Amino acid sequence: MKQYAYFPGCSLEKIALSYDKSSKESAKSLGVELKELEDWNCCGATTYFHVDQLLANTLVARNLAIAEKAGLDLVAPCSACYKNAFFTNKYMKEDPELADHINYALEEDDLHFNGSINVWHLIDVFADEIGMEAIKEKVTKPLEGLKVAAYYGCQIVRPRKNGENVEDPHFFEDLMSAIGTQPVDFATRLRCCGGSLIMTSREAALDMVQKILQNAVDNQADVIATACPLCQINLECYQAQVNEEFGKNYSMPVLYFTQLMGLALGVPPKRLGFGKEFVSVMPFLSPYLAKEAK
Amino acid sequence: MATTLPFSKEIYNLLYASHGESLKSCIQCGTCSGTCPVVEFMDQTPRRLIGMINADMKEEVLACNTYWFCASCYHCTVRCPSQIDIAEVMYAVKRYTIWHKEHKKDLVGPDFSEAWVRTIVNSGRSYEPILAPTYMFHFGPKEFFQEALTATNLVLKGRIPVLPPRIKRLEQFKKVIRKIIPVGGSS
Repeated sequence: MKQYAYFPGCSLEKIALSYDKSSKESAKSLGVELKELEDWNCCGATTYFHVDQLLANTLVARNLAIAEKAGLDLVAPCSACYKNAFFTNKYMKEDPELADHINYALEEDDLHFNGSINVWHLIDVFADEIGMEAIKEKVTKPLEGLKVAAYYGCQIVRPRKNGENVEDPHFFEDLMSAIGTQPVDFATRLRCCGGSLIMTSREAALDMVQKILQNAVDNQADVIATACPLCQINLECYQAQVNEEFGKNYSMPVLYFTQLMGLALGVPPKRLGFGKEFVSVMPFLSPYLAKEAK
Repeated sequence: MATTLPFSKEIYNLLYASHGESLKSCIQCGTCSGTCPVVEFMDQTPRRLIGMINADMKEEVLACNTYWFCASCYHCTVRCPSQIDIAEVMYAVKRYTIWHKEHKKDLVGPDFSEAWVRTIVNSGRSYEPILAPTYMFHFGPKEFFQEALTATNLVLKGRIPVLPPRIKRLEQFKKVIRKIIPVGGSS
């Protein structure tokens, strides 16, 4: 079984527990083991970088060095964790002076960054490493007829990492098609959910969330699929506040793409973290969940 | 150093790791402002901010909310025809205002970021309930109530941990930090 050093990140410990569970389960049913990184620390999200860049890189480097010790590539399900790990890895590989400076500090924890591993977002592992064909072969319960708005958000595709298509990517839709769903047109799929502005600039963030939800509704999506805990929280947990602020009546379920994949791969729903939603998924998922119960 | 260098140079110096083109290559086309999803909430558009930095308009730059309203979505960065990493410029100005304690009043961002870093330096992991006071008290009564309701729902759904998490090798972790920031402070 292929292994990765799995860096869940702080959100997946609790607030996005369903992402954690469904990631491990879907990966397992595709022959991939996500082995949790030993004693990992917070990647700093965006906030370390507001305060001190060298400290930020050092704390991310600690996680990279732990993954190197295990001899495994690092995979992050959270887009912010992924972006931070990817660029710290890249900058330290390119800049030996930066790596030396940070390694001098990492000695205190008996760690060393050698630059021997790569960093992936979890969705890359499914879309590129495993691949659509292999996924299609393993699907036992295709989610036929489910209309999915595949929401990329920001940091999976931006800033550009490996020359990918930042204006019109399609791997998320392809992945959703591979499990039988019907991806809908979704113009705001690459627009920002507001990120941490939900805490620091509430009015701006709710406005951003509203535009994304409205676009999903306009395109008759049944659910929004996300690949980032902060996107999920902003789009779902703050939906009630958007409704109040904008006089709307949205009731749009927002699921992790791994929850949908798990269902299609035949994983029992209770192992995919369903039941923690603010907005019920039952209106749209009951046909697929019922099939499971038989 | 800070007193002798022009403001624009101080900001350029903070961009050493951004790996993008210098701010001086900005052609003032406005692609960034047209792309930015938060622009309508900003005092100055990203295009104007860059122009103001290049013109050494320090006071005006420090008096605006623009960079603290940047959500780090990098949409401007990938579209800039001059290859300026604009989101990184926003980070650099944020750091400048935190270090110099000179930012627009009533912004939540600086307190929130500092509280976050303190939490991590002390425990190795982030924990939402500790961060809440940095922004909750900036809210009006209605928003405060809404946020309390959202938080209650998160607890009821089992999505907030009861105790703050912490890493195992915390002592070593703190020693690593002290070696990087010898004065021992995070903020």
